[in-house]
Amino acid sequence: MISINGLKKVYHLVKEEITAVDDISLQINEGDIFGVIGYSGAGKSTFVRLLNRLEEPTAGSISMQGKEMTTLSNKELRVARQDIGMIFQHFNLLWSRTTAENIAFPLEVAKMPKNERKKRVQELIDLVGLNGREHAYPSQLSGGQKQRVGIARALANNPKVLLCDEATSALDPDTTNAILDLLLDINKKLGLTIILITHEMHVIRKICNRVAVMEAGSVIEQGDVMEVFTNPKHDVTKKFVDQVVSEADDDESMDYIMNLENKGKIVRVHFIGDAANEAVISDVAKKFSVTINILQGKLTQTISGVLGTLTIQLQGEKEAINEAITFIENTTEEVEVIRDEL
Amino acid sequence: MNFDLASIDWVKIWEATIETFYMTLISVAATFILGILLGLLLYLTDKNGLWQNKIINFITATFVNVFRAIPFIILILLLFPFTDFIVGTIRGPKAALPALIIGGAPFYARLVEIALKEVDKGVVEAAQSMGASLQRIIFKVLLPESMPALISGITVTAIALIGYTAMAGAIGAGGLGNYAYYAGFQRRAWDIVLVCTVIIVFIVFIFQVIGDLTAKRIDKR
Repeated sequence: MISINGLKKVYHLVKEEITAVDDISLQINEGDIFGVIGYSGAGKSTFVRLLNRLEEPTAGSISMQGKEMTTLSNKELRVARQDIGMIFQHFNLLWSRTTAENIAFPLEVAKMPKNERKKRVQELIDLVGLNGREHAYPSQLSGGQKQRVGIARALANNPKVLLCDEATSALDPDTTNAILDLLLDINKKLGLTIILITHEMHVIRKICNRVAVMEAGSVIEQGDVMEVFTNPKHDVTKKFVDQVVSEADDDESMDYIMNLENKGKIVRVHFIGDAANEAVISDVAKKFSVTINILQGKLTQTISGVLGTLTIQLQGEKEAINEAITFIENTTEEVEVIRDEL
Repeated sequence: MNFDLASIDWVKIWEATIETFYMTLISVAATFILGILLGLLLYLTDKNGLWQNKIINFITATFVNVFRAIPFIILILLLFPFTDFIVGTIRGPKAALPALIIGGAPFYARLVEIALKEVDKGVVEAAQSMGASLQRIIFKVLLPESMPALISGITVTAIALIGYTAMAGAIGAGGLGNYAYYAGFQRRAWDIVLVCTVIIVFIVFIFQVIGDLTAKRIDKR
């Protein structure tokens, strides 16, 4: 378990002070894939660097597996860092070393004997699926392969925690998915706790079970991924959630529909898991005298279940519509009225 | 002017060539080591460096700048007492070495510093995140990752040093410069000057080719 309390980082510049990370407190459980999302400049990159003290915290405490990181001496910190793997947006491989030699680097740092090193490197190459590329130099590898080397290197000393600093941001969508699958796979296989920061909600949706949203150095919202997806509270969170659960720019189409003769209410319904399989809409149509227009629907798979979103237009008598909405509210997770022109 | 290659004393030319090689190789080797040490010191103690230290940085930078600014011919003269103390004489190829090394190392140190600055900061950060000590970062990251630039740099420096050996020769250090000046120029024996020049140019070519091939071979980017 990782527990972070009142973590703060202030940069002292010549004329001003910049608070990059402002009083963050988080609990991360063992085996979690914990996502931190935010726009660029939100302080998430600084935050992840504070965890292994690549940046020195100004205040606060970080306890990893009961070990307080902020008070370690330089020598103790070097040893502690061997238990914390890290992967980077730009991979940061040594171009002068082959795949196998890059993976061997942290083992050399940990002073593992040569013959054991060779065996361990082979295991890691098998784990990340780089067989046949052992003797290639980074310049001969694709972006996805480079990140696989990065992951193998980060896992070499059997860390308990893996920090991912925008690990998929430089990759194309297909490669991103392949790398995310690999991270999910090692999380399950090795019981590794993963803390990843990203600006892509897709990454959170695909592999995280918990998420924190950062803005201006602070965590503005956090919780289970399903909870945050179905019930985002903060505006920034809503924007991020909209990226994956509904099509962006659908405002115009809503306006178009409302400008037609037939007014009514447009509501967005969120379902979780089994509710997505229940025939809520046909029940509503049977029970209430309303007409239902289905405008848009989407199912989003997260690791904790399926999240469904359905945008419908309800037409009819005001009371009937309101009763229908109450009925939907009781059956599903969340109902949001997005246009009301009765 | 008449050229008569048959009258040239080839044994003397050969001895002078060996002396030039001797001075060049030893001074290049020493400059390589001393230059890397100074360059590392400049890089590491710089602002936001891995071993930030204003005082050491200032002292190193001053040393490098001062010795790089002194014209080589004057540097040799200034170093006469030092050379006499270290080598025991101020004549011959050995006596040229202190001046060659002290003239070459600061020049190379700046090239080393530039080469080290080109090393990706992210790679250094990655090594730190694995718990690597400063010593390991130097020997396993900084030097291997900057090696092609270090080799190109020492090639440029070696060629400058070959030029310096000729200059040192003119005031008594031996080698092809010495032979061209005393046996050639002062006796109006232009054929000797020509032969010495051709050999020096050839030596420069050899160093350039070896340097280029080595740098290319180890560059896996």
